[in-house]
Amino acid sequence: MPDRIAISILSRRTFVASGVAAFTMTPLIARADGSPKATSEPSQEFKDVFAKLVGAATPVDGRIAVDLPETADNGNFVPITIAVDSPMTEADHVTAIHLLSTANPHAHVATFHLSPVNAIARVQSRMRLAKTQDVIVLATLSGGDMLISTTRVQVAIGGCGI
Amino acid sequence: MGRNPRIKLPDTIKAGEVIEVKTVITHVMETGNRHDKNGQRIPRDIINTFIAKFEGHEVFRAEFGPGISANPYLAFEMRVPGPGTMEITWIDDHGASITATAPVNVA
Repeated sequence: MPDRIAISILSRRTFVASGVAAFTMTPLIARADGSPKATSEPSQEFKDVFAKLVGAATPVDGRIAVDLPETADNGNFVPITIAVDSPMTEADHVTAIHLLSTANPHAHVATFHLSPVNAIARVQSRMRLAKTQDVIVLATLSGGDMLISTTRVQVAIGGCGI
Repeated sequence: MGRNPRIKLPDTIKAGEVIEVKTVITHVMETGNRHDKNGQRIPRDIINTFIAKFEGHEVFRAEFGPGISANPYLAFEMRVPGPGTMEITWIDDHGASITATAPVNVA
């Protein structure tokens, strides 16, 4: 069982490395300031929530595998799996995973609190996306460092009244 | 408040094994941004807190915003130390809560 989990995380990481890395390597703030790649401008609320969560930390890109569809047919119901590569020991574990949307009316989608008892830092849920945008995942580590992942999702039909 | 809360656990679990706990509850997760046909804003009504306990000890917690879909589904991982009871509580904007329990049967 643990082997299978490791493989699935690895394959998703490979996917992230190959597909999304080129995108995420551009610093978030640079794109927020009007790079042509940004089709949906990050909302002011997103910027505020992001700044508050990050605080004085400098989030490092990597170690987070986010499974989201490239294109969401129905923005009301978008499955998401988040896995953070962490030993989940007392000395080194993920304490929180924050899920943010850059262009929903409410930027802060969810926060998940974890501890070593979870053994594997992975959560699954379903989220709403009002329109095509970046989904940002932040992971807070027990040592105080933060990780970040950015995933662009094309939304065909936006979540109604999100 | 929500209804029909469900917890899904593997059928067979060994002590020390890491399992996935799958949960879902029926709830509209009204965002507060929608309007009815008379133009009146429909008030926000969401489940904002999720707490999972095993044998009385908190093992996982989540806060939800309106960006979580209706009938919120949540799955997380947990190492099972031994047999016991999983207890999950959902709390809504009005402070109302609903709790479901499931036995963790260790072979």
